Order: sequence, then C-alpha cells, then structure tokens
Amino acid sequence: MIRFDHVTKRLGGRDVLDDLSFEIKKGEVFVIVGPSGTGKSVTLKHMVRLLTPTSGSVWIADTEVSAANGGTLEKVRERFGYLFQGGALLGWMTVADNIALPLREKTRLPEKEIEARVAEALSMVGLEDDGDKFPNEISGGMQKRAGLARAIVRRPEIVLYDEPTSGLDPITSRTIDKLILKLNTDLGITSVVVTHDLQGALLIADRIAMLTGGRFVEVSAPKVFVATDQPDVRGFLDAQFISKKGLEGM
Amino acid sequence: MITREAVYSDAPESAAAGGWRAVVLALGDIGRAGSMTFQALVMMPLLFANPRSRRELARQLYVTGIKSLALITVVGMFTGMILALQVGLELRRYNQEVYIGSAVMVSLLREMGPFMTGIVLAACVGSSMAAQIGTMTVNDEIAALEMMSINPVRFLMAPRIAAMVLMTPILSFYTCVLGVIGGGIVGVTQLNVPWDQYMSMAIDIARMRDLYVGLLKALVFGIVVTGVSCFEGFTTTQGAVGVGRATRRSVITSILVILILGYVITRLFYDL
Repeated sequence: MIRFDHVTKRLGGRDVLDDLSFEIKKGEVFVIVGPSGTGKSVTLKHMVRLLTPTSGSVWIADTEVSAANGGTLEKVRERFGYLFQGGALLGWMTVADNIALPLREKTRLPEKEIEARVAEALSMVGLEDDGDKFPNEISGGMQKRAGLARAIVRRPEIVLYDEPTSGLDPITSRTIDKLILKLNTDLGITSVVVTHDLQGALLIADRIAMLTGGRFVEVSAPKVFVATDQPDVRGFLDAQFISKKGLEGM
Repeated sequence: MITREAVYSDAPESAAAGGWRAVVLALGDIGRAGSMTFQALVMMPLLFANPRSRRELARQLYVTGIKSLALITVVGMFTGMILALQVGLELRRYNQEVYIGSAVMVSLLREMGPFMTGIVLAACVGSSMAAQIGTMTVNDEIAALEMMSINPVRFLMAPRIAAMVLMTPILSFYTCVLGVIGGGIVGVTQLNVPWDQYMSMAIDIARMRDLYVGLLKALVFGIVVTGVSCFEGFTTTQGAVGVGRATRRSVITSILVILILGYVITRLFYDL
C-alpha cells in the first residue's frame, strides 16, 4: 500500500532520513516511534508529498507519489486523511464547517448529505454537541478529535496521524487510541501513526517501527518490540517504564 | 504546491557562494510571488461560482474597504491639507496662492492619492493578510488545505486580491476627494483663498487622463500589496517569530515596490 524505496532526505545539512526502505500493508496500523527530531513527521509528510525525497522514491500502490504533480497528486491525496499535530482547524469556521470543508469544496454532494456526513463524523469522535463551536472555544483534545473527524469525513483509505495524543491527558489519549482502532476495524482504514506515546502504540499497533538516525532500527509486532534487546529500543522502553513484559496487564 | 521546503539543505561553502545563493533565492521568490499573484488574478471569476465564495469576497471587501475607511479618511484629508499649506506658503511669496487648488488636485490625482492609499493598505490590510496567512502556515492549516486538495491560492488569495482590485481604485478616488476638500479648508481658513475660486482652479486643471493613470496606479498597488503579503504569509517559517518577520517584510517590500512602480508608471504615461 505504502512503500519507501531507499529514501534519503537531507535537511539543514544532515540526512534526516538515511536510505530508508519499508512497506506498509493495506489495513495495517503501523506506528512509528522514536526520539524528537529523528524524522518521524518528515517520514509522514513524504507519504503525501508535503516533502519530497532528496533521493529514493515513495509509492502509494502503483503511483510514485514522490514524483506526482497536479491531478495525479490530487488523486493520491484524496485517498488520505491527515491529522496534524494541532488539529490544523481553520479558526474562522465552526467545527462543523471545518469538517464539511473538504466535502463542500471537493464534492458535488447536496447540502443535506454533507450535513449527515458531518454529523456522522462528529458522532464518531464524540463531538455531537460541539459542531457549532469555533476551534478557540474547545479544548486541545477536542480540536484533535475535530481534526480527526475532518480527516475521515471523505472516507479515506489511509489516515496519517501526527502525534495524535501529544499534550493530552491519559484518558483522552486512550479515547483517541480506541478511535484509531475503531476506524481500522470498522472501516478497514490503513493507519500510520507517529507518536512518542509507547503505551498507546502497544495498544493499537500491528507493527511498531523505531526510527533513529534516519533509519528504522526495529520493525516488529508489539510483543516482539517490547521483548527486543536492541539498545535504542530498550532505552526508549525503559524511559517510559515499559519492561520486557510490557503488554501484560495492559 | 504552496508548501515548499528549503531549496538548499547545506550551509554555503563561502561568503561568495552565500551571496550568489541569496540572489538565486531572491529571484526565485520574485518568480513565485509573481506566479501566485497571476494565478489568483486568473482565479477571480471562480469567486462568483457559489454563495460561499461570494460571502468570502464580501467579507474581504468589508475588511479592505470599510475597515480601512477611517484611516484613509484621516490620511487623505491631512495629505491635502499639508500639500495646500506647503504649496500655498511658497505661492504666497509671489501672490499666487490662488493656484493652490490646481497644485493640490494635480498632486493628488497623479501621485499622492494612489500612493497614500497604497501605503495605508500595505500597513493596514497587507500586514494583516501576511500575519493571518503566516499563522495558518506555521499551524499547518495551509498544509491541511493542500491535503484536502483545496488550492490555497484560490481559497485564500483570490478573494483577497479581488477585494483589493475592486476597492483600491475606489479608495484612491476617495483619498483624492478628501485631499482636495482638506486643501480647500486650509486655503480658505489660512491662505484667504475663496472656496469657489479654489474649487474652480482645482476642477479646471483636472484631466481625465490624470484620473485614469492615478486609478491604474492604485489598482497596480492593490495587486502588489496582496501579492507580496500573501506570498510572505505562505512562505512563513519558524513559528511566532517567523510570523512577525513575514508581517514586517510584507509592509517593507510592498512600500518599496509601490515607490518603484509609481515612478515607472509615471514615466510611462507622462513624457518629459
């Protein structure tokens, strides 16, 4: 579904991504973890050509997105939903109008159908009663959920989540994690999640990848991931008080 | 794509290489700003396609026109008063103060009306455009629009440039009218020129060509202010500091370009 083929990305005089190759399967929840500044968000942005590789290529199914432009790029991006770190809601529109925006701008659906789709998306993220509010009238967690509703309202095949739980309390974080899982199981959406939150990652991931020095030092299922002796992963797990039996009791 | 990454990923090897790089980047910026402005102008008719776009255009007309009106009124009035006072004091030495109406009218129609309007709009509306779009850029809102396949130039820049295209000539004319009135007040109260005489001299000297060239200048200045301000906004980086920098640069660049283009247009339409 998503394939990175020897991708190198040079930014600020250093290789943020260094000959990175991997593949994400359809319907998978793929979580990328790693310390700050290691290129997790950069990896995500390459999937929709918000960034272009210095060398190598990025493929979405049979389309090389890293070389796509114009209509081809637009078609590729229509397959994606993207949850940005801060939600990226437009401040002068209500939450409902923000969610309706891609439908109003990019489809010819009648207004009634759009309203129904917006109501459905709001209900999925638990914001049924907040559609009339403006982004500055709701909390950070609610903004992220509204951003998620906007990301899924066009029923994309793939959703990219950039730090979906950062800055949120543990209860809201777990709510968002459950939402990601629900979208994956109910709608079959392929999910790529960038996060620091290993507990959440262990709950939702089919595979977890640890990005350090521009490369994945470990890509494995959660149970294998917590049991690994790879020193970078071990250090990251230890810092979050997750032992080799990390999944037990969670 | 509006969201762009750095052209160079490494530091320059020498000061000369750095200087050359700065020239290349500046030329690239001028090209991109020009291309964006052209795209926004071409996309203007799309604003009438649906009620939401028309509402946005109306909102931008309000921001550009109505919200600038108070400042334009004061600036226009005082520009005329200063012109009348300065010219009148000189003309009085030759007992020719009766001609201040002509001097004020010619200066305002040809140059000061559109110039002062352009400066006010750069400071008042352009800075606000750069700050708003810059904030949207650093908050990933522009990237989010691109992810929804919504063209930010059409969605954000086209309504702003359309509002400027419609409003700047009107505001420039309004500045001229107020300037002439302001000059007349100074003429009557401080230079003892009768109001009828002042107005008759002012109207006699006014030529349609001066008015058209002045309005053309205003139109060009409006397009320049929008183009520069939106470009600065779209290329903002580095958070709140970057937004401040983009706002400052939008005002400085707009004023410089207004000055240069003002001279070029004058030179094109008036023979030596």
